[in-house]
Parts: sequence; structure tokens; C-alpha cells
Amino acid sequence: MLKQLEGSVAIAETVAYCRPEVVCAYPITPQTHIVEGVGALVKSGVLSNCEFINVESEFAALSVAIGASAAGARAYTATASQGLLFMAEAVYNAAGLGLPIVMTIGNRAIGAPINIWNDHSDSMALKDAGWIQLFAESNQEAVDLHIQAFRLAEELSCPVMVCVDGFILTHAYERIDVPTQEEVDAFLPPFEPVQVLDPTEPYSIGAMVGPEAFTEVRYLGHQKQLQALHLIPEIAKVFQDVFGRETGGLVHPYRTENAETMIVALGSINGTIKDVVDAMRESGTAIGSIGVCSFRPFPLEALAKALDGAKRVIVVEKSLAPGLGGMLTSDVRMSLLRQAIPVHTVIAGLGGRPVTGVSLTAAFELAVNDQLEDVHFLDLDHAAIEHEVERSRLTRKSGPTAENILRRLGSGV
Amino acid sequence: MFQTRIHGRGGQGVVTAAELLSVAAFLEGRHAQAFPSFGSERMGAPVMSFCRIDDKEIRLREPVQKPDALIIQDPTLLHSVDVFGGLNPNGYILINSRRRFDELGIAEFVAGFPAHHVCDLGATELAMKHVGRPLPNAALLGGFAAISGQLHMDSVAQAIMQKFPGPVGEANVAAAREAYDIAANS
Repeated sequence: MLKQLEGSVAIAETVAYCRPEVVCAYPITPQTHIVEGVGALVKSGVLSNCEFINVESEFAALSVAIGASAAGARAYTATASQGLLFMAEAVYNAAGLGLPIVMTIGNRAIGAPINIWNDHSDSMALKDAGWIQLFAESNQEAVDLHIQAFRLAEELSCPVMVCVDGFILTHAYERIDVPTQEEVDAFLPPFEPVQVLDPTEPYSIGAMVGPEAFTEVRYLGHQKQLQALHLIPEIAKVFQDVFGRETGGLVHPYRTENAETMIVALGSINGTIKDVVDAMRESGTAIGSIGVCSFRPFPLEALAKALDGAKRVIVVEKSLAPGLGGMLTSDVRMSLLRQAIPVHTVIAGLGGRPVTGVSLTAAFELAVNDQLEDVHFLDLDHAAIEHEVERSRLTRKSGPTAENILRRLGSGV
Repeated sequence: MFQTRIHGRGGQGVVTAAELLSVAAFLEGRHAQAFPSFGSERMGAPVMSFCRIDDKEIRLREPVQKPDALIIQDPTLLHSVDVFGGLNPNGYILINSRRRFDELGIAEFVAGFPAHHVCDLGATELAMKHVGRPLPNAALLGGFAAISGQLHMDSVAQAIMQKFPGPVGEANVAAAREAYDIAANS
């Protein structure tokens, strides 16, 4: 049913229709509205047969979800930023134990300096913990991915993060087709766990594994992810049959026909990129874009195929690997092992800096003219950088960088 | 695409105003996107929200930088924040104030716009009269519907009633309707 809703509220409603049996909640901006919304639906009885557990930390939130999932319950939680880092040990455990927990990440930067705004540093920090990571381009896709995520997680026995851009999606009101309980029930069968902790039939989960078998356990975890490469598009297809919408899948190619310049990105920035692609196509530039929906597993083949024939690739990244450049870029290069195509990185939107169509267009035009550097920082304030470098060069006791830059910006120099 | 930027202070309902605009547009079968200027705002601090309305899916995710319309909830912002930044020269300006444009010190600026595109409206006074609290939102939305022609007053009323069912909603709708009439005839 079409509704005009805040992204978080639509996600909460949809998660409730997925009938989780245990929801663990610890608030952190910008994810808070989601678990608050699920909590309200448990209280009002819309979501019955569900234990809503307020815990004392993110570490507890995921630990409780792990316990619940191991006992055979469909378990859900959500977090962001520092919260995801605080539960990092449990994140690895959930994947290593093969527990199909679904967790929403309201993507947010990581401190220091403290910053509550959107970028992808949080989920990137845990990208190789063994979870599947799906990135939503819009609130419609965020809603749809949650339904697909439970099915995917439970078919594979592998946890899934649904990554939703904090504020930009979580706090935006837009037209969203929110599914009905009947539709979700028709798509998502009841959870049938492959392992259950049951006192009447006791066994242990999480034993110590030494060098004799650890590699094999890890190898099977890798195989599971490779299996997901087939399952994700299959589930998206079934979803389309039931709901009539094409969302999810591995990659979203847009106007890639005969494109010489190809843009690759994760999440909501793909919307702005599509508008830029339209405008540049209008003025005669052969440009297209590919939104990567499944970041883990990484769709090497699908991407290589979609990028085939391009003269250059520009990866727009909302995170930074200091000392390297872009993390998504590294993976994109891996997909191009057999194709000699230059890949540029545009670091954009860190800590919530708006990524504007004007700035993206300028960067893409530089690339078209072969003038874009390998790693480009969009809208970087060069004067502020130079001033700070010079200031700290002149004195050993130069003090904290962040505070000094802020003081200078505040004084309007 | 029609883009609106709303300026106010934390606690005045800036985010709710954008939400209600988007709901009213949605009720007319249009696409709408509303979002706040994200941050850890405090009560009284200058804040913004945005609403885009279009007949097709809205994919753009940047803040509204070139608005077609401005709603200014608090006239004390006029000289402390660049509220007019990027405004379409043929755009719309709605200010919550009973003072005239020359008293607000913006007569010269406003004179560059078509006369029926600019309006100052005592929305807080209308809210006090109908709702009993100084919350100018509903009245401003009524005024916006009148000057911009983007929304029907009935859709605004329906959006308000959905958000605030019962007597609170009805009082706000009354404020919005009176504001609509004032703005339409100004």
C-alpha cells in the first residue's frame, strides 16, 4: 500500500511484518527511530509473539540476538557507527556461528572527531566479518531488502546487514509501497533453523576449533557467500513475482549502453548520480552508472560484465581507507583483472557533507577529459588544509587538528 | 520539480512542516520528498527542512540549494541566516510576520519578485487564535497553498488531520484555512 512515510517508520513496519520473534534494541542516532518504531508495534500488538528486549549496550544487543537465534528464534536488531564497532566481536561471532540474524545499519561516520552524520565508515569497518551486506538506494529498496534479507539469511544460515544511509534515507519522508502482512507471509516462510539449542536434545555451538579445522570452517563461510551470489538474484526475482517491484539483486546498471564513462557507487548517492547521468547524456556524454546493491558477497563477475567496454570507471565512495584511497575501488579493480580500464576514486560525503549534482558533474567531466586524479576528494577545502599544515609545521605543540580547523572556519578567515 | 526550503528555529516544527507538505502532495498523487537539515539541533537554533514535489520519482538527495519557494517561520532569522540564498528569481516567499516588508528591512529585495509571490502572514497570531499555542506551522501551510498554487487547501487540511487527528487537528485546519483566505486575497 502506497504511503508517505519516514524511511525509519516504513522499515520498522516492514520488519514487523517479517514476524521477528526477538528484537534487541539499543538506541543510537540515526537508527533510533527504527527500533522505536518496532517497539511501538510490539506494544500495540501489531507485532505479536515477539520479545522486545531493551539492552544496556550494542554488545548486548547483538549478543542477545545471537542467543535468540541459536535457540531458534527469528532475531533482529539495528545499529550505527560507534554502536556497530562496540558490537564488533559479536558481529564476527554471529557469522562464524552461521546465525541468520538481520541487522539494519543506519550508516553513519565513525569518530574521532565525533560526527553523527552519514557516511559508510561503519559498515565498511565490518565488511569482512562474514555477514552479507546489502546497500539500499532508496527507502523503497530499504523496505524491500529487509524482506529479502530474512529469506536470504535463513536459506543460507548467514547473517545479513541491510545498510541504509543515515538521515538521508532514515529521516526522509517519501512515497513508499509498504507491503501487507499477507504479501510478506506469501514470500517469507517461517524460520526453520538448521541448528537449535534445545535442552531436551543438548549439543554445543561455538566450540574451540584448532588449526586442524579452522581453515575449513572459514572456507565454508566463503563458499556460503559465493552461494549468495546466486541466491541474491534468485530471491530478487521471486520478490518481483510477488510484489511486482524490481529491487535488490547484485547490481543496478543504469544507462550503461555504449557508456565510455561508468560510475560505480553504494547506497542512496546512486539517486543523485542517475540524475547527473541523465543530464550529461543529454549534453552528449556517453556515461552510465552501476549501483552496487550486494557489497558482500562482492559481485565480481556481474560487475566485470556490466563494466565491459567502458573506457574509464569512477568509483564514488562514502568512506576512506587512509593510506590507500577507496575500499570499494579496490574491489572494483579486482573485478577488472582481465580488463585494462583505469579506475578513479572520488571520496565524497564524508561525515555528512552534501554530495551535490554540481560537484559530481564537475568531477565526472574532469574524468571524461582524462584530468581526474586517481584519488579525488570532492569539494575539499584546500585553503583549510594548507593553513592547518602550515600551522602545525611552525610549532611542535600545535594541538588538536579538528578543533583548530573548526576555530579557523568559525572565525571566517 | 518544485523545491521548497523552510527556515525556522529548533522546536518550531520545521521538520513537521516539510513532512506535512510532502503528505499533502502525496495525497494529490504526486511524488514528494521531505527531509530535515540533519544535525543535533538545539531548541531555538536556526534549522532548515526541505520538500521537493514532482510528477515523477525524486532521486536527487542533495539539500535544496535553489528553492522555488521559501517558508520563513521566524522573521528574526532574516538578518542572521542567508535565508534567501539560491532562491529562484521568480520564486515564492512566505514570512511569518505581521510586520510589513519595509519594517522587516527587505522591501527592496522583495520588490524584485512578482507581487502575488510574496506574502507576510501573522501565522503565530492565527495559531494563538485557533489553537491557543504559538505554533505557526498549519497557518503557514495554508498560506503556502494559496500563494504557490502547488497544493489544494483541502489536501493540506487532510494532511494535518492525518498527523493530528481530533480537536487539535481541527483547530490547526481552521488556522490554515483562515491563513489561506488571507494569503489568497493579499
